[in-house]
Amino acid sequence: MAASNATLRAFLHGLPGVDRVGADQRAAMLGTRSIKTTAKAGAIDLAIRMVDLTTLEGADTPGKVRAMCAKAVHPDPSDPSVPKVAAVCVYPDLVAQAVEALGNSGVKVASVATAFPSGRSSLEIKVADTELAVAAGADEIDMVIDRGAFLSGDYVKVFEEIAAIKAACGPAHLKVILETGELATYDNVRRASWLAMMAGGDFIKTSTGKVQPAATPSVTLIMLEAVRDFLATTGRKVGVKPAGGIRTTKDAIKMLVLVNETAGEGWLDPDWFRLGASTLLNDLLMQRQKLSTGRYAGSDYFTLD
Amino acid sequence: MFEYAPAPESRDVVDIKPSYGLFIDGEFADGTGTPFKTVNPATEEVLAEVATASQADVDRAVRAARKAFGAWSALPGSERAKYLFRIARIIQERSRELAVLETLDNGKPIRESRDVDLPLVAAHFFYYAGWADKLGYAGYGPAPRPLGVAGQVIPWNFPLLMLAWKIAPALACGNTVVLKPAETTPLTALLFAEICRQAELPPGVVNIVTGAGETGAAVVNHPDVNKVAFTGSTEVGRIIARSVAGSAKKVTLELGGKAANIIFEDAAIDQAVEGIVNGIFFNQGHVCCAGSRLLVQESIAGDLMESLKRRLSMLRLGDPMDKNTDIGAINSAEQLARVRELSDIGEAEGAERWSPACALPERGFWFPPTIFSGVAQSHRIARDEVFGPVLAVLTFRTPAEAVEKANNTAYGLSAGVWTEKGSRILWTADRLRAGVVWANTFNKFDPASPFGGFKESGYGREGGRHGLEAYLDV
Repeated sequence: MAASNATLRAFLHGLPGVDRVGADQRAAMLGTRSIKTTAKAGAIDLAIRMVDLTTLEGADTPGKVRAMCAKAVHPDPSDPSVPKVAAVCVYPDLVAQAVEALGNSGVKVASVATAFPSGRSSLEIKVADTELAVAAGADEIDMVIDRGAFLSGDYVKVFEEIAAIKAACGPAHLKVILETGELATYDNVRRASWLAMMAGGDFIKTSTGKVQPAATPSVTLIMLEAVRDFLATTGRKVGVKPAGGIRTTKDAIKMLVLVNETAGEGWLDPDWFRLGASTLLNDLLMQRQKLSTGRYAGSDYFTLD
Repeated sequence: MFEYAPAPESRDVVDIKPSYGLFIDGEFADGTGTPFKTVNPATEEVLAEVATASQADVDRAVRAARKAFGAWSALPGSERAKYLFRIARIIQERSRELAVLETLDNGKPIRESRDVDLPLVAAHFFYYAGWADKLGYAGYGPAPRPLGVAGQVIPWNFPLLMLAWKIAPALACGNTVVLKPAETTPLTALLFAEICRQAELPPGVVNIVTGAGETGAAVVNHPDVNKVAFTGSTEVGRIIARSVAGSAKKVTLELGGKAANIIFEDAAIDQAVEGIVNGIFFNQGHVCCAGSRLLVQESIAGDLMESLKRRLSMLRLGDPMDKNTDIGAINSAEQLARVRELSDIGEAEGAERWSPACALPERGFWFPPTIFSGVAQSHRIARDEVFGPVLAVLTFRTPAEAVEKANNTAYGLSAGVWTEKGSRILWTADRLRAGVVWANTFNKFDPASPFGGFKESGYGREGGRHGLEAYLDV
């Protein structure tokens, strides 16, 4: 199928369309679910376990990464019952520091690669970028697709790049960032999801966090439908990671509701669903404490790392 | 497993009185008929005792409306608009109270009464408030006159919304009204009466008489009523049409339906599945324009049915007051018996019946979401209005066959078309004999959009500029 742009195009454009109004309406309706008491407590802990704690700044330093890793393992130093997050996510040159800081804590190290965030470089550079991160000990690679190639209809180029990066990953898991904010239409989001899954991605991820809009509920809904249908068609299960703009516990719980009522509970696990975020974690901790004590503590009682 | 904990809406916001009287001439008064009880269909708990209006009570109500008509119709439109805007704002302010009461008395999920019914009710009053001083520009002459006293009888499926559809245009045009709410759902209409007092609406402009069919007949047949508006079953609609024939009364009837929801093979499948669910399971299928006949192109029927069944398994049936409930209670034991009867007939006729695994509460009136596949046009389940959460699935091969089957019904209230191809939407909509055709959506309402049927679905239009005609002497 990936033999030519014509065959890929025929397949991708043959997928059922997405009606924007209907998709937005469904996502909004699921946003009205009221998750309270025990359900909320369970959801908060699950969300913490799904967080990919992220720092992707030009100003990142080894010190900043070490501090974030400490937080990833013990999100709330005052409460050992708080689970650790799924992974930390950093640039390739800081993977070694993260690996060292996390040791055998069980928190995974994810690295963005492939000329993140724009993806504007040659395949050789992208592969080298990936190999750098894998060699430094990254467990997971978050690559970006070539949106320019996708939008110009060069699906073969996108497919082959993903396949090449997957090969370069070796044992590392590959998350494919679609950058849905640049794909613009929901039809494109569905097509790019299928393209990434067919090319071998282990996860499909909404966004880099550098482009708005990022992980909207509607886009996440469409990607969850895609992994559900892909499993039914091929028997292979692919994970989903919304990233960018998920800041509050409410946002995170809405995401879990989307998973529960779209792909199903089989995806309600850090192996199959992640939340790419940085500021979200403290809000989850704050709401968790509020649920158990009945009171809100000030923001100074939660660490900034 | 992600189990949602119970999230019940509080019923403390509403104060249900042990008994309710009639609302005549701006005052609450006892009825002279035998009072009846209204129950919560989800629990069978008696909510209140409600007065029955006898012929004499209806006489008083019509007299009050007649007396009020002179001054009300003489008011400048902008003054009548002020009252309607005020009512609309009070409805918004008290929407939580109204939504809770609607759910308790009707059995529909609080999510629907809160997110659909109440916003539409307020929107309807706002919309017609805007017309009150612009009637000369509605296309019915420079100074169209009101009709007089409107006798209005409404059903139990959208108690407050149907009240709004009836009262808002009537008042905007300068009429006064005597309205009879359904016997099983009188409470929100009586709370609306309180809102009329709060808005200082002049006495007699709105009168509300409760009771059963006899009270409704007394309203409709009253010689001093100038206009009859009815929403309900085709059977009662026929009786009304017969009884007003030969009189000077103007009539609008909004009756039953058996709408076709047509899914072409190039439809956006995930959204179409949502549309099917919303078409027939919204409000437990107690919707006259419900998409109760699914017409699906044979080439995608297998996949679509699989998706639909998976989606139905996610529906949350139970306590209507829980904010996460999707399917509430059937409104009455009588209606439940009818839904059961028609479903049993469907099975006996050879259609394949399917419902998701779904525990029904022990008390109250409940029916699981149900699909019948392998249905033929000749089955009663494809012809009779079930008015419940029951979907009949038929297939078609070509667009022409879809249209032919869609139109092959005694009704003609609404229809749905699902395709990503714009030209096919227009081609199909042109040929469907239905008052409303939804494209790539279903059960969407807006006060600016006229609503009404073909054939046995009734006559006249409600909503929009067209809805004014029913209340003007034109």
